[in-house]
Amino acid sequence: MKDKLIHSLETVGLSPVVPMVRLASGENPKQQLSEIFERIGLPILAIALFLLLWSVSAAKVQTSLGTLPGPSQVWQQYQGLVVEHQEERLKEEAFYQRQEVRNEKKLAKNPDAKIKVRPYTGKETFFDQILTSLFTVFTGFILASLIAIPIGVACGLNKKLYGAISPIIQILKPVSPLAWLPIVTMVVSAVYVSNDPMFSKSFVTSAITVTLCSLWPTLINTATGVASIDKDWLNVGRVIQLHWSKQVFKIAIPASLPMIFTGLRISLGIGWMVLIAAEMLAQNPGLGKFVWDEFQNGSSNSLGRIMVAVVVIGLIGYVLDWLMVSLQKIISHSSPESAR
Amino acid sequence: MSQYLQIDHVSIDFPTKNGPFRALDGVDLKIAKGEFVSLIGHSGCGKSTVLNIVAGLYNATEGGVVLEGKEVYQPGPDRAVVFQNHSLLPWLTAYQNVELAVREVFKGQKSKAEMKEWIEHNLELVHMTHAKDKRPDEISGGMKQRVGIARALAMQPKVLLMDEPFGALDALTRAHLQDSLMEIQQELNNTVIMITHDVDEAVLLSDKIVMMTNGPAATIGEVLDVKLARPRDRVALADDAEYNHYRSQVLKFLYERQRNPAQASEKVKPKLVKSGEAA
Ligand SMILES: Nc1ncnc2c1ncn2[C@@H]1O[C@H](COP(=O)(O)OP(=O)(O)OP(=O)(O)O)[C@@H](O)[C@H]1O
Ligand SMILES: [Mg+2]
Repeated sequence: MKDKLIHSLETVGLSPVVPMVRLASGENPKQQLSEIFERIGLPILAIALFLLLWSVSAAKVQTSLGTLPGPSQVWQQYQGLVVEHQEERLKEEAFYQRQEVRNEKKLAKNPDAKIKVRPYTGKETFFDQILTSLFTVFTGFILASLIAIPIGVACGLNKKLYGAISPIIQILKPVSPLAWLPIVTMVVSAVYVSNDPMFSKSFVTSAITVTLCSLWPTLINTATGVASIDKDWLNVGRVIQLHWSKQVFKIAIPASLPMIFTGLRISLGIGWMVLIAAEMLAQNPGLGKFVWDEFQNGSSNSLGRIMVAVVVIGLIGYVLDWLMVSLQKIISHSSPESAR
Repeated sequence: MSQYLQIDHVSIDFPTKNGPFRALDGVDLKIAKGEFVSLIGHSGCGKSTVLNIVAGLYNATEGGVVLEGKEVYQPGPDRAVVFQNHSLLPWLTAYQNVELAVREVFKGQKSKAEMKEWIEHNLELVHMTHAKDKRPDEISGGMKQRVGIARALAMQPKVLLMDEPFGALDALTRAHLQDSLMEIQQELNNTVIMITHDVDEAVLLSDKIVMMTNGPAATIGEVLDVKLARPRDRVALADDAEYNHYRSQVLKFLYERQRNPAQASEKVKPKLVKSGEAA
């Protein structure tokens, strides 16, 4: 029971909690305490030191928007953003309620009256922007994975193909998202024309920019992973005359799953970085736009709010990475039952 | 004796930077049905290459392989291979590893229930029923090799090809597996080609020992028919004059007539040894 708990904690990257579990079960208290200090105490100490340095040095920097905010001001701004968000939600609720009341009255007068439900078009709050960014990054990332994994597998299985497209990959890989953006914007506005678009153009532009930049690590890792599969495993498939599609799905992909995941993890990290830049430059909704708007706004609150965004961007990036690592561990540790 | 499998004047050139490298030159061998043949020779002489050509994994440059009157030029389950490093898929259990092969080979011939029974029967044959739901990294090297043999047997091959199946195992485990293999052979009477480095193993198991000359352009140096009665018992045979006569003939071939080539002292095993290999 305890070992199982510890194992699953380690799987999801919560290994710092492990000594607490061991301590709670009465396992060598002295050693566990020192380990708790090492794994939890020291990082907390480092963070505290960092915050101290930040608040001391920030107070010394005077900008045109006032003093550079320290941790406590940033925390205040964060609370302000929460309040703003809650107020906006209340407004939205009130709006729909009013509309409903109006519509009911209309119906009472005339049962055949046409009812219109207008959507609320209030300002996007900070938290709405976070959700937009997350949705965009996952769309772009999934699109990239759907393109990169099949091409990567094909390249890994066929050296000639890989040799042929390798120069293209090498040239496109280092291109900055900022260079892609104008092209993507123009192409999207030219090609993505519809009277009733399911997604907004700005969303499509950001997502595609993310795709273009997060394609490469997955593609290259998949290709390398598949190319370096133990030859015997492929020979097993040849001896039993596996159909090529089964050869891919039953042997090549499972065998290179760890490498594919490493690629996916790097891709998602890059995608998140790229997205913020794309949103800033293209004024596409999301956290990047929030930062840019605050920068343009230039009120005394702006710097603090931008710093909130910076911290949140960092935290989300961290969580995304943790998510991918856990997923990779779960898949590679998967028990025989779940592999069936 | 009828010829079941014929390796007909097989030569092979591998392309290298300095032009083609002739690894085998005119390997010619006829094998009868149910015969157990060992290939023995110094490292790098081309034993695996012969086996891979019979398996269809390599194609001969000259000559060819004929099985039951038909030429073979691509791999197939009628020539099942037991690889040196078990080559079990590590993300599948023992059962699933065998299942992958059985499903493919008997697709449309056996029902689901029949397949299950057949898989379990083959695992039973190699005494692996107790660990059938374990994955390769949870079982010992010897057990992995047993599962590899079960997988190959489950294909019901016409010829069973084994590339140093016990090479990576310790002596005791190896002896166990040799006994198991002899038992199975007694029961199924398969046609087998086995590569080995071990003279005792060759004499104990084989009906015929094929001794290869050193490469490059390796070929068959000598063929020794082993006419010891079966079932054979390793302990009883240890003092058997006939047994020791066969043994010394192979040793003489290997160490007097075909001196270990200089580069063999720095023999490099081409296949990487995976973790958890130790028995
Ligand atoms: N795919 C290949 N390309 C080029 N040369 C090869 C290839 N496969 C084998 N050779 C060469 O052919 C010769 C025979 O190799 P092979 O693997 O058949 O030897 P072996 O007798 O099985 O050796 P060991 O006992 O060490 O397994 C060697 O010189 C090897 O370098
Ligand atoms: Mg070999």
